[in-house]
Amino acid sequence: MNGWIDSILQGVMLGAIYALFAAGLSLVFGVMRLVNVAHGDFIVLSAFIALWLQRITGFSSPFLTLILLVPLMFLVGYVLQRVILNPAFGADILRPVLITFGLSVIIQNGLLQGFSADSQKLHGGKLEVASIALPGGLAIGVLPLLTLGVSAAMIGLLQWMLYRTKLGRALRATSADLSTAGLMGVNTSHLFAMAAGIAMVTVAVAGVFTGIRASFDAVSGPDWLIFAFEAVIIGGLGSLWGTLAGGLILGMAQTTGARFSPGWQLLSGHLVFLAILILCPRGLFPRRTE
Amino acid sequence: MNLLSVSKLNAYYGDFQALFDVDFHAHPGEVIAIIGANGAGKSTFLNAIAGNVTGRGNSITFAEEAISGLRSWQIVSRGIALVPEGRRLFSSLTVEENLLMGAYANTKDAWPLTHIYETFPQLKLKAKQSALSLSGGEQQMVAIGRALISNPLLLMCDELSLGLAPMVVHDIYETLTTVRERGVTLIIVEQNVRQALAFADRVYCFQEGRVSLTGRAGELKPEDVSRAYFGLAGAA
Ligand SMILES: Nc1ncnc2c1ncn2[C@@H]1O[C@H](COP(=O)(O)OP(=O)(O)OP(=O)(O)O)[C@@H](O)[C@H]1O
Ligand SMILES: [Mg+2]
Repeated sequence: MNGWIDSILQGVMLGAIYALFAAGLSLVFGVMRLVNVAHGDFIVLSAFIALWLQRITGFSSPFLTLILLVPLMFLVGYVLQRVILNPAFGADILRPVLITFGLSVIIQNGLLQGFSADSQKLHGGKLEVASIALPGGLAIGVLPLLTLGVSAAMIGLLQWMLYRTKLGRALRATSADLSTAGLMGVNTSHLFAMAAGIAMVTVAVAGVFTGIRASFDAVSGPDWLIFAFEAVIIGGLGSLWGTLAGGLILGMAQTTGARFSPGWQLLSGHLVFLAILILCPRGLFPRRTE
Repeated sequence: MNLLSVSKLNAYYGDFQALFDVDFHAHPGEVIAIIGANGAGKSTFLNAIAGNVTGRGNSITFAEEAISGLRSWQIVSRGIALVPEGRRLFSSLTVEENLLMGAYANTKDAWPLTHIYETFPQLKLKAKQSALSLSGGEQQMVAIGRALISNPLLLMCDELSLGLAPMVVHDIYETLTTVRERGVTLIIVEQNVRQALAFADRVYCFQEGRVSLTGRAGELKPEDVSRAYFGLAGAA
């Protein structure tokens, strides 16, 4: 019995990482209807930049690198959207997706050149091994618990931004009707770039948390993209709380599957994803209106 | 003194030319109706002024400043608001959020929301509802309120009465009368020619992308109007 509870707990913790992966993907899809194929690679890129920042600044904790990494990634997202992706939006919905595919290849090759194919890890120090004992001989790691908190807080912040701020209102309006939003005085190119920048902030956070938890290399991105993608689809396209739920469900599916046999971990995650896709094609919590 | 003057406006959708050398002007406080058959280019004209359709080789001057070539989002803050054809409310936003979007650009001069609710009391009761859950007439009020909240000098309305019951149309024109009394310049595109002639000071008739007739509303002869509206074949 305890074994099952432990699996579910571990699943929730793992799922928090997946929700962190998926938050930015979900935001960008919700606002721009764009699937960023390079999303996973940007997370890996963030982890590598954190590694490099730690080396040159001597920051003891990788979390400190976020002070520089967050504004940097915001800028990367903003400029990328404004200069490369916005002009590609138009009649052909495939074009921006193909561009992100190209970016994915470029990032992977760039990282291979810059950091070799070796697998890397960010070192979280004592935090990595600290844990809280629960009754029944169970334990939860402090880092996974922190990840869960940050993941939920980030989704909550995004939700607040979208539904309670002027920026969010304009983002939703632009998403619903681009040309009419322009008539209201919304500079839609700037707004899409803001959304991309904010998504990259979540990517920076995801990069650091993931890099501490697991090892990564230059080509880890596509695997991480799959998890992010599955979390978004399970939760329902365009719904941020759904994305959090989707991440947790995916995590629990994987860890409970792994109880039967370690080899089943990934497979059972994919199976649950497929089952949900078949049973509710719009995901568990599709966006309210539309 | 003209508030708006347009000379030789040409507009295109790809290779298709929708407007040919359109000349147009509006004095401050004037009410102008644009009439014309389907596809005559009325909406294209309004969208060209609002910056949603870019013209070529034209000059549009508003309040003594050239605005041709500006993007739509830069034009609102100059004092031009458009109630687009088909209302174009934001489907995923509430009534109140739709109204607030109208004040996005110029928060300084913007009307307070309470002003809009005084003009359209029904909307206050439905402020938190999705905009698309309202009746057609109420949706049109949201669209007008969303344009008015920016406190425009020039309000352009594209086929306000389309698909609405006569009573509702009557109410909406009553509201426009109060807007006009505040000195706002109005350009209305109207399918109902009688309504247009009764409400406007001056009329432009469009036909196949050109101005086919223009004059003071009271001075136009009905046979001239129908010739300008339907083309020569219709007049025969
Ligand atoms: N987005 C577009 N792409 C291509 N052609 C268009 C587009 N919008 C309008 N047109 C064409 O431009 C011409 C003028 O259209 P417009 O909508 O301005 O006419 P209108 O006078 O407003 O007609 P209606 O009374 O039906 O609203 C028409 O021939 C129309 O088919
Ligand atoms: Mg029209």
